[in-house]
Amino acid sequence: MMARLERIFLTLTGIALFVGVLAIVASVAVGGVHLPGPTGRVDPNAVRQTPPFSAPGVFPEAPGRYRAVLLARAWAFQPAEVRVPAGSIVTFVITSQDVIHGFMVEGTDVNAMVIPGQVTTVTAHFPRPGTYRFLCHEYCGVGHHAMFGQVVVEG
Amino acid sequence: MAEATVERKQRTWIRWQLYLSFLVLGIGGLFGVLQALDRLGIDLYTPLQSAIKSYYQGLTIHGVALAIAFTFTFNNAFLSLTTLRGLGRPLASTALLQASFWTALAGVVLAAAMMLANQASVLFTFYTPLQANSLFYLGATLLVVSTWLTSANQLLTLRAWRREHPGERIPLLAFVSVVTYLMWDLASLGIAVEVVGFVLPWSLGLVKGTDPLFNRTLFWFTGHPIVYFWLLPIYISWYLMIPRQVEGRLFSDGLVRAVFIMFLVLSVPVGLHHQYTDPGVYSSMKFLHAVLTFAVFFPSMVTAFTVVAALESGGRARGGRGLLGWIPRLPWGKPEVSAQLLAMIAFALGGASGLINASYTMNLVVHNTSFVPGHFHLTVGTAVALSIMGIAYWLVPYLTGKELFGRGLALAQSWLFFIGVLLFARGQIAGGLEGQPRRLFVTQAAYASPAWRIPNLMTGVGGLLMVLSGVLFFVVLLGTLLRRRRAEQLGEFPLAEVIYGPERTPAVLDRLGAWLGAAALLVLVAYAPTLVSQGVRLLSPGFRLY
Repeated sequence: MMARLERIFLTLTGIALFVGVLAIVASVAVGGVHLPGPTGRVDPNAVRQTPPFSAPGVFPEAPGRYRAVLLARAWAFQPAEVRVPAGSIVTFVITSQDVIHGFMVEGTDVNAMVIPGQVTTVTAHFPRPGTYRFLCHEYCGVGHHAMFGQVVVEG
Repeated sequence: MAEATVERKQRTWIRWQLYLSFLVLGIGGLFGVLQALDRLGIDLYTPLQSAIKSYYQGLTIHGVALAIAFTFTFNNAFLSLTTLRGLGRPLASTALLQASFWTALAGVVLAAAMMLANQASVLFTFYTPLQANSLFYLGATLLVVSTWLTSANQLLTLRAWRREHPGERIPLLAFVSVVTYLMWDLASLGIAVEVVGFVLPWSLGLVKGTDPLFNRTLFWFTGHPIVYFWLLPIYISWYLMIPRQVEGRLFSDGLVRAVFIMFLVLSVPVGLHHQYTDPGVYSSMKFLHAVLTFAVFFPSMVTAFTVVAALESGGRARGGRGLLGWIPRLPWGKPEVSAQLLAMIAFALGGASGLINASYTMNLVVHNTSFVPGHFHLTVGTAVALSIMGIAYWLVPYLTGKELFGRGLALAQSWLFFIGVLLFARGQIAGGLEGQPRRLFVTQAAYASPAWRIPNLMTGVGGLLMVLSGVLFFVVLLGTLLRRRRAEQLGEFPLAEVIYGPERTPAVLDRLGAWLGAAALLVLVAYAPTLVSQGVRLLSPGFRLY
């Protein structure tokens, strides 16, 4: 039921897709790219009383390592600014106190959803000084396009 | 009643559902103007605020009308007709056909009323805990119910046909029509459970809270296979009608059946690739869905090969020589063909960009950026919508007995749309790669980037060309409908000749129940761990932030 050319075409397709899957595996195993996953839950109605979100802010963890606890709400991140020295590795710990928001940091591969009830944990490395904005990239109501903040990396 | 009378009556109801789909296409497309202008830096939402409260209200209407209402009603009409034609007998129930139309109409009216009243500006993904008026969810539910009624009618008709034709193979046209809806029946369970089980009671105040992540997972259970529900009716046209329209032949009956069975089995267990960036979903499950998404790319590549082979046979039969000489010999002057040929080219680009979305880690670069609408305006926005316009150019004369008005206009329409989407999608894709979020009110955004300027210019101009093309489509459509009826029906129903017929097709492909069972099993394996580990915690109250 298959012609020769078709067999060749489909074999090549199969090989291409297989190589694609291998490339994905390599990006995780060798490249060290990781997706957000389950890192905790929080009652969205009690988030302001629940640590660490009861006191959002930027905290040093180890030399060159910071932990930024962010609270997302319509239509702002709290805090809206994260200041770290150049070369820092920052772990963002985020949740939402209302609807679904997004979190994408310019110039990094940080791209995650912020879902009420769930804790989002993502890590970025900031080798160079500069200002890197983080944007809410999920529609969260009429003020959605005003919701952003920034990481200021000082030289 | 005689069969001919029943069939005539049924064709009338099919026609009404088709008109409903075009009405919704017009409404949804119109809002594209405001969005395109926004990309050009012109904000019409603020001056229009007494009618349209926000960019997001307009975007909700655009998305719900086009992605849900337009496609569902077109499929109900088109695949009812192909079932009727494929089995060579009237549908089992005219009442079900009518019920499907009235249900869809009620769904459209309810959803439209709520969206226009700014009671449902939640976009077509309606992520909770943003909350819409419960009548909006009810409208969306009715639209899904209309597809189930169509499916039930198909299955009853197939059963009646099997009684009348014991031992015979299901005719190919009917086979693909029924399998498309069977896939959708399974796929739509996610959204049905989400809306009926959680969202409706919550929006009515019967329960206090809802679980945003669980709802999202149920949404994408349906939200990815919905793209195959958009696409497979177009594949039916490309496989079984286009070869006839270009004077070519379809190679193999068995291969088409195998492709549709692959879609039945593989379409659903892939939804987590829309949730790669979600917290609360295990990476192992995301990876499994990534691999299955790559697998479901395979039948589309078979389609690419087979459909192009059929086109080549047509181009060569029409005198085409050499490696590529058959391409210019295709009947590009027929709008019903050119629209679909251009749609196929757009689909090649759409498929490639889709593979990027599906690529697990690479998705981090594009997730929720304007890359994504760039991708799906090539697929559902063009491969599907432009093909439907092409189909309309023979289907409306066929169903009404009225000759197509303005063939030249129709031809210009297809090219204008194609050029428009190339600009539009290139702009969206480029902007997305520069980190521009999707679903963004650009003119009023608190942030911008110089790198988004030229991409947005392309998107805006391309979008306006697509809208202009849409206007031409409605000129042709209304011009046709306002003409005098020339006959009961006009033109032939294009059905491809198959070189290797069903006698060479393995009989096991026609065991639809068994394949549906296999599909359900795979869905269980792919989804049970995620759904069970997430659990349901109804904590989030509703928010109306629009």
